[in-house]
Amino acid sequence: MLQPKHFFLLPALLTLLAIIIFPLLFTVRVSFSSWDVYQAGLDYIGARNYLRVFQDTRFWESLLRLSVMSAISVSLQYTLGFALALAVWKQTKGGRLFRVLFLVPMMTTPVVMSVIWRTMFHESLGPVNDLLSVFGIAPVPWLSSAAGAFASVIIVEVWQWTPFMFLLLLAGLVSLPREPYLAAAIDGAGPWRTFWQVTFPLMAPISIGALVIRLIEASKIMDTVYVLTSGGPGTATETPSYYIYIRGLRDFQVGYSAALSITYLVLMIVSLTIISKLLMRFLIGKDS
Amino acid sequence: MNRTYLIVKYLFLLAWSTFVVFPFLWALSTSFKDANAVTSGARYIPWLEFEPSTQGWKSLFTSGSQGINIVTPFLNSATVTLTASAISLVLGTLAAYGLSRYQFRAGFVKNSDITFFFISQRIMPPIVLAIPFFLMLREIGALDTILGLVIVYIALLLPIAVWVMIDFFGSIPKELDEMAMIDGCTPAGAFLRVILPNSLAGLVVAGMFCLIFGWNDFFFAFTLTFTKTQLLPVAIVSLNSSVTPWWSLSAFALISVTPLALVAILVERFMSRGSLSGAIR
Repeated sequence: MLQPKHFFLLPALLTLLAIIIFPLLFTVRVSFSSWDVYQAGLDYIGARNYLRVFQDTRFWESLLRLSVMSAISVSLQYTLGFALALAVWKQTKGGRLFRVLFLVPMMTTPVVMSVIWRTMFHESLGPVNDLLSVFGIAPVPWLSSAAGAFASVIIVEVWQWTPFMFLLLLAGLVSLPREPYLAAAIDGAGPWRTFWQVTFPLMAPISIGALVIRLIEASKIMDTVYVLTSGGPGTATETPSYYIYIRGLRDFQVGYSAALSITYLVLMIVSLTIISKLLMRFLIGKDS
Repeated sequence: MNRTYLIVKYLFLLAWSTFVVFPFLWALSTSFKDANAVTSGARYIPWLEFEPSTQGWKSLFTSGSQGINIVTPFLNSATVTLTASAISLVLGTLAAYGLSRYQFRAGFVKNSDITFFFISQRIMPPIVLAIPFFLMLREIGALDTILGLVIVYIALLLPIAVWVMIDFFGSIPKELDEMAMIDGCTPAGAFLRVILPNSLAGLVVAGMFCLIFGWNDFFFAFTLTFTKTQLLPVAIVSLNSSVTPWWSLSAFALISVTPLALVAILVERFMSRGSLSGAIR
């Protein structure tokens, strides 16, 4: 029955199952109850919560907002991270210093840095508007206008997570084979053509990995939003996680927020699977 | 490499460095300000543009109503992160080794499915588990305690450890284990005496990722603790929403990001030795 191999796997597997599975099943069960602040407990009301999710425009808007937000911020992170990795890849003066420096934002606590960013985006006392005024740009209402708040969240995300792209892509660049470059040099290809015909295709697998990991993490965004804008102004930066948090842990509509959570989880799994399939077809040119 | 390319490249590197460093420099400068210096618009350079004061830093180590106690949250964060990371690393390494060396089968579940189960936990949005975790910890009396957070953080960090280590063990040839076993090692002996010593780079990377995600988590610490057990991120956010002055906030932020900024230097050490490219992916 129990062989040595089981002693390797089982401790971790059972620990994780014990911690994750029961809460997850519990959430599923709660999503079929009317548990809220007036009536705590597990009754059964069928799929009523899910029907309500279906009609909840605030939830669907937050999903749309999340898609736009992560599409913009992840593509910026990828482009910038790739450019930075290429820039320090070949011998560069101070290359080591740049590399350490570029990793630092990823190591910092998102909420802690968001607190600092909040002071920086302050309309009259913050340095961002102060520096913009040097270039003759009028003060931007960063956190108090819808577009400003949206841009602020993206700026902070790009600051925080471009290092992750940089790290993965640089690791990929360092381990690239030499031969294709020799061939390209013999063909007389310039740097631009070499990049598109050699580097970029060779980097496709690691690019997909990096993009998918970042999209997964970006889909959970909540910390930065909570500190920077509290989802505001209005609901201009409200993400699904934050909206579910408000429904569940502020309004205490436990049953309804469970239904929202499950819907959100399923949608995330489905769309992330589709996205990674599409990325593979687009970047490698074939399935899986 | 022509001149324009080099100029563009260094301008780009310089611009990005400025962007990266700026928040830290701003926090550093702000941490030495007083009310006057903050409310008179953006000021950057101490002595030149404002008179530096150390009240921001002092307030962090003063307890009572006047001060903000940073020592307790710091120790709490360190305890929770280190304990959960250590447990996750041990369990995760064992599981990753098992999955990379043996075939498991239970009904239709195979190795790849088990691996996927571990890694897929990263997709789980924390909010989905927040309420059941809350009720579960309340049930066992671990709400607002270090123990409760350690339990939850293991669920958060274990998948990361498995993810990094499985890849790493994949790059160590199986012949190594087989040779050890021919030499008379038990499976456990082969793992402990032959494989582990050769996995240091992977362990360091996995450990670092655990530390980063543990130290930086806000959401679970925020929903599962109240006042008794406060971690650093929660402490700073509760300061942020009260009327805490910018100088204390900045000093607080700088102290709480320092430990991991030191870790960044270590990561670079490993990267420059080329061991990271194998361990990550």
